Amino acid sequence: MLKVQNIRKVFNEGTVNEKIALDNLSLELKPGDFVTVIGGNGAGKSTLMNAVSGAYPVDEGKILIDGVDVTHLPEYKRAKYIGRVFQDPMMGTAATMQIEENMALAARRGKFRSLLPGITKKERAYYKEQLATLELGLENRMTAKVGLLSGGQRQALTLLMAVLKKPKLLLLDEHTAALDPKTAAKVLETTQKIVEKNNLTTLMITHNMKDAIAFGNRLIMMNNGHIVVDVSGDEKKNLTVKQLLDMFSAASGSDEADDKLLLS
Amino acid sequence: MTGFLNALPGAISQGLIWGIMALGLYITFKVLELSDLTVDGSLCTGGAVCVMMMVNGANVWLAMLVATLAGAATGAVTGFFHTKCKIPAILSGILTQFGLWSVNLAIMDMNPTVRVDAEKFGALVSSNFVNEVKKGRMAFYKHPIFVVALLIIALIAVMYWFFGTEKGASIRATGTNAHMARAQGINTDANKMVGLMLSNGLVALAGALLCQYNGFTEIAMGRGAIVIGLAAIVIGDVLFAKLFRNFALKLAAVAIGAVVYQVVVQFVVSVLDINTNYMKLFTALIIAVFLTIPNFQGKIFKKSRKERSHA
Repeated sequence: MLKVQNIRKVFNEGTVNEKIALDNLSLELKPGDFVTVIGGNGAGKSTLMNAVSGAYPVDEGKILIDGVDVTHLPEYKRAKYIGRVFQDPMMGTAATMQIEENMALAARRGKFRSLLPGITKKERAYYKEQLATLELGLENRMTAKVGLLSGGQRQALTLLMAVLKKPKLLLLDEHTAALDPKTAAKVLETTQKIVEKNNLTTLMITHNMKDAIAFGNRLIMMNNGHIVVDVSGDEKKNLTVKQLLDMFSAASGSDEADDKLLLS
Repeated sequence: MTGFLNALPGAISQGLIWGIMALGLYITFKVLELSDLTVDGSLCTGGAVCVMMMVNGANVWLAMLVATLAGAATGAVTGFFHTKCKIPAILSGILTQFGLWSVNLAIMDMNPTVRVDAEKFGALVSSNFVNEVKKGRMAFYKHPIFVVALLIIALIAVMYWFFGTEKGASIRATGTNAHMARAQGINTDANKMVGLMLSNGLVALAGALLCQYNGFTEIAMGRGAIVIGLAAIVIGDVLFAKLFRNFALKLAAVAIGAVVYQVVVQFVVSVLDINTNYMKLFTALIIAVFLTIPNFQGKIFKKSRKERSHA
C-alpha cells in the first residue's frame, strides 16, 4: 500500500548544522499493515511522516501510495490518500469552527469543493452516529466550537475525521504524546478499534515501547535516519521492552539506550 | 449641536459606504487572518475605474461592476506575490498598494482628481441626494442611507451564503488552521488568493460608491483607508461581541462599526470643533482605545476573559 524507496532528506545541507534526517531509507507496507515506529529524538521518525504526507519534499527517492507516485504531489493533493493525526491536539482541527463543520470539511477530503452547502442534513445525522461511537458525548455538542474541547476529545475527533473518508494510509504522529496517561490509553483504544473496523494501513509513531509492542502487527525502530530494527508476526508479539532496549543498543552501537526510550 | 444633527445623515451615509469597505477587510483580517494592505490602493482603483467609466458614458451599474472586478484583480496581484513568490502577506500588500499609485493615476488619465457630476452621469449615491430628499425634491428611496443599507444587506446575505458553502468553509478553515486545512486536502494558497480577490473587490466597490457620493475621485483617497476599515471592525467587535454570535450578525456589526466611527468623527469635527488636521491622530487613538478595552475588561472580569478566549 505504501512504498518508500531510497528516500533521503538533509536539513541545512552544506552548513555546520547539516543533519541527515533520512538516509537512503526504504519501507514497504502491505494493505492492512499496522506498523508502530519507535526511535530516539532525531532518529527521523517525524521526518519520515512529513516526507510521506508531503509536508516537505524529499531530496532523493520515491514515494508511492497504492501504486501512485506521489513524490512530487503537494501536501494538499496527497491528502486524498492520507488520513493524519498530529502530536499537537490543536493542529488537527479548526478551533473556531463547529464540530460538525470540522467533520464536513474532513468528509470532503480529496473532493472538489463547490458552492453547494458546506454541510447537509443527511450528513449531520451520519456525523452524529459516528461521534457516538467515540463515547465522549460529542454527539450532543455538534454545533460547539472545537476550541472548547479538551486535548483528548480533539485527538479522538481528529482520528474520526481522518477516517471519515477512508484513507489508503493512516499516519499517526505520536498522537497520544501530549495527553495524560488515562486519556492517552483511551485514545489508543479508540485508534485500535477504528483501524481494525476499517482495516486501515497504518503507520504510528510512539515514544512508548509498551504501546509499540502491544499495538500493530509490525514494529520498526529508527536511528540516524535508518531503519535499524524491523520485526513482525509472532516475533513482535513476544517481544519484551528489555529485548527492545537491547536491540536498540546493539543497532545504535551505544551501550546506553536513549534517555527517552528508557523513560517509557 | 444643530450643525452635528444636520450633518448626521451625511455621516451615516458615508459610514455605510465605508462599511462595505470594512466587510471586504473582514475577509482578509478576520476570516483568513492575513494582514492585507492592498486596500489603500484598491479603494482608489475602484473609484478611478468607476468615475472614468461614468464620465465616458457607461451605465453606473456596469461601472461599479467593472470597478469591483478591477479591485479583485489587485487582490490577485497581492495573492500572486504572497502565494507564488512567497513574499510575506503584509509586504505583498504594501508592494501592490505602492505600485497601484501609478496604475490609478494612469486610469485617471494622469489627473490627480476627476470630477463626476452625480445628476449628469446618473450616480447611484451622492451627498447632494441627502439634501434633495430632505427638501422633498427626491423620493426617500433615493436617499444614500437607504440605497447603501440595502446594498449592505444584500452583500451580507451573499457573504453569509458563500462562507457556508463547501468552498467558503474551506476558506474559513484555511484562516483558522492552515495545517489542518492542507491535511484535509484544501489548497490553502488558492483559498488565500480567492479571499484576497473577494476582499479587494468589495473594497473597490466601496471606492466606487465613495467617489460617486463625493462627486470626484482623487489619487490620495485611499490613504489610511485600512485604518478606517480596521476601526470599523474593532468598534463593531467591541460593541457587539457578546451580543452577536451568528456570522451574519457579526458582519452587520462590522457595518455598524463603520457608521459609529463616521458619526464619532462628525461629532468631533462639528461639536468639539477640532481642526481636521488632527483627525488621523484622533483615529489612531480611538483604535488603540478600542483594541485595549477587551484586554482591560479581561483584567477586571477574569472569568469572562477565559470564556472569550475559548469562544
